[in-house]
Amino acid sequence: MLQLTDVTVRYGDTAAVDEVTLALEPGQVLAVLGPSGCGKSTLLRAVAGLEPLTSGSVSWAGADLVGVPTHKRGFALMFQDGQLFAHLTVARNVAYALRLRRTPSARVATRVRELLDLVGLAGYDDRLPGTLSGGERQRVALARALAVEPRLILLDEPLSALDATLRERLAGDLREILHAAGTTALLVTHDHDEAFALADRLAVMRAGRVVQQGAIDEVWREPVDEETALFLGYARVVRGDAAARVLASGGLSPAYAVALRRSALVVDPAGDLRAVVESARVTPEVVRLVVAAEGIGPVDAVAPLGSRVSPGDEVALRVDVTRLAVLAIAAGG
Amino acid sequence: MKHVRVRAALTVGAATAAALLLGGCSLAGGGDGPTATEPSTSPTESGGTGEPGGTVVLATHESFTLPKKLVRAFEEETGYTLEVRAAGDAGTLATKLSLTADNPIADAAFGIDNTFASRPLGEGAFAEVSTTATPPDEYVLAEGGDRLVPIDSASVCVNVDTDWFDAEGLEPPQTLDDLTDPAYADLMVTPGASTSSPGMAFFLATVAAYGDDWQDYWTDLLANGAKVVDGWEDAYYGDFTAGSEQGTRPIVVSYDSSPAFTVADGRTTTAALLDTCFRQVEYAGVLAGADNPEGAAALVDWMLTDEVQSALPESMYVFPVMPGATVPDDWAEFAPQPTDPFEVSPEEIAANREQWLTEWTDVISR
Amino acid sequence: MRRIAGLLLLAAAPVLVLGVLFVLPVTGMVAEGFFVDGRFAPGAVLDVLARPRVHRVAWFTVWTSGTATLLAVVLGLPAAYALHRLALPGRAAVRAALLVPFVLPTVVVGVAFRQLLGEGGPLGFLGLDGTPVAIVAGLVFFNVAVVVRTVGVAWESLDPRPGQAAAALGASPWQVLRTVTLPALRPAIVGAASIVFLFCATAFGIVLTLGGVRYATVETEIYLLTTTIFDLRAAAALSVLQIVVVVGLLALAARLRATPDPTAQRTVSPVRAVRRSDAPAVVATLLVLGAMLLPILTLVLGSLSVGDGWGLDNYRALTTVGDNQALLVPVTAALATSLRTAVDATWMALLVGAMVSVIVTRRSHSVAERRVRSTLDGFFMLPLGVSAVTLGFGFLITLDRPPLDLRDSPLLVPMAQALVALPLVVRTLAPVLGGIDDRQRQAAASLGASAWRTLLTVDLPVVWKPMLAASGFAFAASLGEFGATSFLARDESPTLPVVIFRLIGHPGEMNYGMALAASVVLAVATAVVMLAVERLRVPGVGAF
Repeated sequence: MLQLTDVTVRYGDTAAVDEVTLALEPGQVLAVLGPSGCGKSTLLRAVAGLEPLTSGSVSWAGADLVGVPTHKRGFALMFQDGQLFAHLTVARNVAYALRLRRTPSARVATRVRELLDLVGLAGYDDRLPGTLSGGERQRVALARALAVEPRLILLDEPLSALDATLRERLAGDLREILHAAGTTALLVTHDHDEAFALADRLAVMRAGRVVQQGAIDEVWREPVDEETALFLGYARVVRGDAAARVLASGGLSPAYAVALRRSALVVDPAGDLRAVVESARVTPEVVRLVVAAEGIGPVDAVAPLGSRVSPGDEVALRVDVTRLAVLAIAAGG
Repeated sequence: MKHVRVRAALTVGAATAAALLLGGCSLAGGGDGPTATEPSTSPTESGGTGEPGGTVVLATHESFTLPKKLVRAFEEETGYTLEVRAAGDAGTLATKLSLTADNPIADAAFGIDNTFASRPLGEGAFAEVSTTATPPDEYVLAEGGDRLVPIDSASVCVNVDTDWFDAEGLEPPQTLDDLTDPAYADLMVTPGASTSSPGMAFFLATVAAYGDDWQDYWTDLLANGAKVVDGWEDAYYGDFTAGSEQGTRPIVVSYDSSPAFTVADGRTTTAALLDTCFRQVEYAGVLAGADNPEGAAALVDWMLTDEVQSALPESMYVFPVMPGATVPDDWAEFAPQPTDPFEVSPEEIAANREQWLTEWTDVISR
Repeated sequence: MRRIAGLLLLAAAPVLVLGVLFVLPVTGMVAEGFFVDGRFAPGAVLDVLARPRVHRVAWFTVWTSGTATLLAVVLGLPAAYALHRLALPGRAAVRAALLVPFVLPTVVVGVAFRQLLGEGGPLGFLGLDGTPVAIVAGLVFFNVAVVVRTVGVAWESLDPRPGQAAAALGASPWQVLRTVTLPALRPAIVGAASIVFLFCATAFGIVLTLGGVRYATVETEIYLLTTTIFDLRAAAALSVLQIVVVVGLLALAARLRATPDPTAQRTVSPVRAVRRSDAPAVVATLLVLGAMLLPILTLVLGSLSVGDGWGLDNYRALTTVGDNQALLVPVTAALATSLRTAVDATWMALLVGAMVSVIVTRRSHSVAERRVRSTLDGFFMLPLGVSAVTLGFGFLITLDRPPLDLRDSPLLVPMAQALVALPLVVRTLAPVLGGIDDRQRQAAASLGASAWRTLLTVDLPVVWKPMLAASGFAFAASLGEFGATSFLARDESPTLPVVIFRLIGHPGEMNYGMALAASVVLAVATAVVMLAVERLRVPGVGAF
């Protein structure tokens, strides 16, 4: 439905977005994940029509959108911090697009009530945005964006301004709401948790280019390179002999490089890797260790809660193969 | 980044330097500011010639000016230093003097004219003064003549652009009555009586000429297309054909001396209608409660000397009152004075000004 | 309560200054009307307010000023947008040029307008000379720059994202403007409109010159009543009426100018390339610019016209005292005086203005405190709205004895000019100081910084550039100030506008040419100062 072909946006000599090609099917949620400054917001703005393309094309259902102004694209854009209209009440904010369309006021009232129910803010109609918490504002922004059933909703880091617990809760809600409404969404974020919580598909962006894209678990399992791996939340990448050692221990075929999550190595007396504990830290779920593993070097590991391990102890480790990813790179790559 | 910072530093440096430089010559700090030119009031510093010393402060209107050479001569002769405070128009000056009658802003004042004289006199702003020279009686006020000394006179007369009338083959008007003649429709411009001193003078001429019927005259005048503007500058430089290229009106209310300023190739292109004039006389006086009454009296005396009197036309475009003074050749040739101008006494003006102006404003707003 | 006491203490110095230089003289002059033969007689004064003429004058003032304010806002908005949001070539120069009318002496502008609109002028066919339309046009000419600058700067720092969010929700550019942008600009628009209204309602020369004498405003009527008719009672009545209206207006403006969200970030959006959809704004800007430049062009052409040809003779003559010794000092010397006076006026306005800005922008801890602050804010705007004639004569009768024997002081002129420039300085600095997150100050305090040190380390680094900008405004305003200056200036040291006025009032063709040349010099000096300010100005902050 949404098709981006070789989209390039240049500011002077620098290409903020460099020949990006992406596709998005109806009902799908695509997350563009990348570090700050990688060009993902520019990409989003280009899709919205807020940023002129230097070259390439954005099309919807086969129709090129070049020259179609933002307000005629039928997309809704939700900013990182909501961007509610401070001078309008919650109900007025939600009703904004409806009123633009001269929807009869009875219909507006019903729809606003529906949407506020949907985002869990029933009864907030007459509040001003200034009196809302961050999470509430984002919900209002979402309701506002959904009000006219846009054919595509564009989300710019919708959760990153919120604190951890709120983020988790709202992420679940948001996913549900998006799915319930059957909305197609394009999301950009620098937070892989946010991407995983909301998206079906993932595109990893770096320095203006999309370096990898695919179904979310696909990308997750096979990061294209070390940087991508680290950005996806892998803690370390080990190479050469160390990689061979890890893979061998996990019963996998050898490769040049492997990315490890922090829980890829587990303290297990039955394990065949030996290591000396360098530091240990108790968390609510596991004990997190940094160990010097024989033939591998310093790596992260976990031990079950209640394990008595302290720095200097010698422990045995096994490899949890669901928590590592073999990188398709060769020596010198 | 470095480049930016260097530039910022340079900007700050330059701004600071400029500030210091300018600050050095600011009015507060400077060595050449007016404060420095203010002389000491200590008599011992006046040279010890036995003459009384100190500063004489003259309050006057913004049109006041006299040649520096004459002022220096006065200061050398008398040992006084003259300090001139000139600001505002004649009405402003009269109001200032009236309001500060109990604590005068100067020692002497010049520039009160016969249309405003009664106000400061009534407030007791002026002290009695006697002068060495005696101005002709015709200029001396009937009431307050012992306090206000006539210095100069200028008559406000209707002026015409004679070149324009020649070119049009039209005979220029002669009298106030002529101005309401349809032959001269839409040809006249005058400054307003409420906003302009010459405008007031012309109005008074019509009051003197028509008495209580002046409203009828003004109604006719306006019906004949006379244009009323704010100030003399507007009338002369904005609408008068001889004063501005864009001007469209060849009849203007101005001064009897004006034709002397439109001389080209040995002749003047304008003329004052001497039967339409109202004479303004400007007076000087010593302010009651002055710090330096002797100096003020000396100043008033000096203003009646032939030197000052002869300098008046070139400096302030007015005629001297003293018969011994000389006027420039151009003036003598091109700017004859009216012999029998209209008159309204200062008392009558004072008594009726408000009512007249209100009625006049109503007439022209109609 | 202790905080309020502290606040009042801090406010004491500027309040004292304004009290001595403004409240005392105005009260003194108004009292002249209220006391008849030493007895308090308010009845007679109030009777004046029942006069039909007073009603007419008041109504005329209100409607012309209101119309002019509305027009200035309507014309200024597109220009503010185009000159502050779009990458128009030469926009710094255009912004500086638009400020020139603001400081030109009214008498010169009046002559220029009349040459255009007068019966023989190129626009004479419109028949506007001497009509209220001409007055309104003149007022707009003088004040449109205030709107362009104040609103433009706010527009510059306006977060573009709510507008984009609205566009993404389907709002057309016009709907975005109406539903998002204009509401967000409301404080700036209201602020600009109230300043413009005050300037219009107290306009003096322009009303007289362009309206002829048929039309009177409260300001011209006070002048007429005071100097020509000497009816101090009526003048006092009108002054009181003026003050009441101005105070009411300021209170209304303060209400409409809702307090800005303290958590809102000041952003500076980069200017963007001009698009086809910007055509209306650009065309409107060019029209405004054209309308501004036409009278100025008339001046420049006049100054270059010599006899039947063209030349620089009028400019060369600026080093002389004019035909027939029209002046005591050459125009160049007057320019020097103007510059020196402006230096003094600038430091005075900056000193007091900075204090006031600090006071009005510190965060209030209680409703009472906020009231005190907003009252102070309005208090310092007052000098803009009160008759210069009343103030000028008030100076003479109240500041005439020790310890306040100021009326002969050479500093009186810069003091009066500083009073006029003060609101401009406050309007420039206050938004910047208000934009500093109070938590920064709290952080500094928690690290052991004294209040003074906090000011030095937190506020000053942010505010020094706007300070320079404010000094530019103050400097330019002082250069152009005529009303108070002409009343107070001393003969041996007139400022440039006073000299121009004098030249234009003296016969002699060369004098007229010189007056025009001197006006051009003044305009250029102003434009240069403004351009320098443009370079120093922090984008997004520092409006009037």
